[in-house]
Amino acid sequence: MAKMTMVQALNLALRQEMQKDDSVIVLGEDVGRDGGVFRVTDGLIDEFGEDRALDTPLAESGIVGMSIGMAIYGLKPVCEIQFSGFAYLAFHQIECHASRMRWRTRGRLTVPMVLRAPYGGGVRALEHHSESREAFWAHIPGLKMVIPSGPRNARALLVSAIRDPDPVIFYEPKAVYRAFREEVPDEEETLPLGKPHRVQEGKDLTLISYGAMMRPTVEAALELKEKDGVEAEIIDLMTISPLDDAMLVESVKKTGRAVIVHEAPRSFGPGAELVSRLMEKAFFYLEAPIARVAGFDVVIPLFSKEKAYLPGPQRILQAARKVLSI
Amino acid sequence: MPRNTVDLPYHVEHLSILDEKGQLDKELEPRIPDDLLLGLYRAMVLGRRFDERVLSLQRQGRIGTFAPTTGQEASQLGAVAALEPSDFVVPSFRETIAQIYRGAPMESVILSFAGYNESAFLVEKAKDLPNSVPVGSQVLHAVGIAWGIKYRKEKGVAMTFFGDGGTSEGDFHEGMNFAAVYQVPAIFVCQNNQWAISVPRSKQTRSKTLAQKALAYGMPGIQVDGNDILAVYAAAAEAVERARSGEGPTMIECETYRMMMHTTADDPKRYRKEEEVEGWRKRDPIERFQKYLKDKGLLSDEKIQAMESEVKEEIQSAVDHAEELMKKYNDPLEMFEHVYEEMPPYLEEQREQLKQELAESGQEETHG
Repeated sequence: MAKMTMVQALNLALRQEMQKDDSVIVLGEDVGRDGGVFRVTDGLIDEFGEDRALDTPLAESGIVGMSIGMAIYGLKPVCEIQFSGFAYLAFHQIECHASRMRWRTRGRLTVPMVLRAPYGGGVRALEHHSESREAFWAHIPGLKMVIPSGPRNARALLVSAIRDPDPVIFYEPKAVYRAFREEVPDEEETLPLGKPHRVQEGKDLTLISYGAMMRPTVEAALELKEKDGVEAEIIDLMTISPLDDAMLVESVKKTGRAVIVHEAPRSFGPGAELVSRLMEKAFFYLEAPIARVAGFDVVIPLFSKEKAYLPGPQRILQAARKVLSI
Repeated sequence: MPRNTVDLPYHVEHLSILDEKGQLDKELEPRIPDDLLLGLYRAMVLGRRFDERVLSLQRQGRIGTFAPTTGQEASQLGAVAALEPSDFVVPSFRETIAQIYRGAPMESVILSFAGYNESAFLVEKAKDLPNSVPVGSQVLHAVGIAWGIKYRKEKGVAMTFFGDGGTSEGDFHEGMNFAAVYQVPAIFVCQNNQWAISVPRSKQTRSKTLAQKALAYGMPGIQVDGNDILAVYAAAAEAVERARSGEGPTMIECETYRMMMHTTADDPKRYRKEEEVEGWRKRDPIERFQKYLKDKGLLSDEKIQAMESEVKEEIQSAVDHAEELMKKYNDPLEMFEHVYEEMPPYLEEQREQLKQELAESGQEETHG
């Protein structure tokens, strides 16, 4: 056990999977000599050589398209797109090929690749470096969309993603990269994809979130407990798609109230799907309309105003109190 | 017989007029009016000092991440100096010096580095496009503009900038191909600064030159010493002339060097040797141009001194003004503007929600 940041924990996951399986290849812009701009791939080139920590020319579509070919051939590429805001250059490779090769060949060919990319705001970055567009990928059948919230689950989820038989988009909350440390066991640990995690039990209200928004959500729950005496149940989705709603439905049947938190824009965001599922499966248990706390439907502003854009504990508290007041 | 050589009427020229020792090829020396020469020198100095100043602002935490330009003064200025104000510049994200030369106030640059969308308000009249951060993506926009110019039978040209890394992107190749197919007045200026973050030019492409990529698309490509402002200018002027006279696009590869980090978030010591940087320091674009102008009798130490302090003052006043503007542009509600021409009702609601939130929190907490 060592206390690690998310960056170190992700590095551990990559290192151990590469040690175990020589078909695991890391590739992308600056992932080799530089160790990735956030240092997630730090040292891999020294341990595994240039062919397994592969610096690519600067071409996102090239990185993803080539990863698809590698995966079809039988390798397990883990490609890095330097910032999720540049993944759109590879959109057609993901939408047209990665996500549907299994479907197209009726299972003959599969694409067991992982696309890692840092996402989200809060690090005073330039344009295209702060957005949260997981809904794009979650909308595509055949893809898995995973977002960890802390060092320990990041490590376990990345290992599972690498071993998963389907293509996984793995968004890393860059605001969490070095924000805090957690104990991460040295021995292997995995978490199943597609299963949410109950962070805290509660009877009055269900708070659902994921990724970087877990921290303000937990903070809001603490304040609800201290100031309002409210016991909130907190659920970390971890996998956005495919979404297993069983735990959510069960929780809302118990609490009758829910607030969903994400930093992605509100309209057509992941929250909309969650609300629909809960309406379909727990409507008669609801005591109040489900609230969404989300990013506004604008391009995330440059960083001088990003704090006002990003949902924080106050916005979550306000929504929770409103839901509880009904 | 079946294995004949296809005769391609193409070659790649390398152009150098003023070498690193300041030696001049008189035959190739472009005819540039004295005031333009001095203006370019001043712009180079301003660009260098501005870069140094914003780097120190960044190190003090007064602005955010930005992409330094030191070393690329000649590569940028030599190219845009051949344009008219009515032409179009389509930049990537490292063309700060060219943008200032083309009329962008330094305040707007500082504000954008400090994370203010409002920086765009300060660039009113320019036809030039804003920075494009996704690498290579802007190249196609220049082609579209140039197509429009040709369609409307106007005389303008569209000049786009990108780096050595950018030539690996699909958008670059698509842009080059379209431009050549349609024979539009576009100029592709590659700032080959040898590094795409940590990836050296040699690992970006196996091509001997970047300029030769033009040949595959059927347009002329020329490689120039990018630290020689006379060579860059001469090549650009030739390309502009070609474009204006309806003879189609040109690609110019400026061989230069990124003397600093990729952006201030990067540490080049991890991947490149100091000796390499030192080698390029000897090829500084400003020093050799200074010698040239002194030899011509256009510049003296006193003039240089005066220019330096003038430039310093100009930068200081831009910094002061930018910091005042930051206080003025402090309204988070601005984020709801300019998403659509007309704000949809649900956005109005969201705007109202944030407005209320800000009022309740006394605006303290939510301000960045």
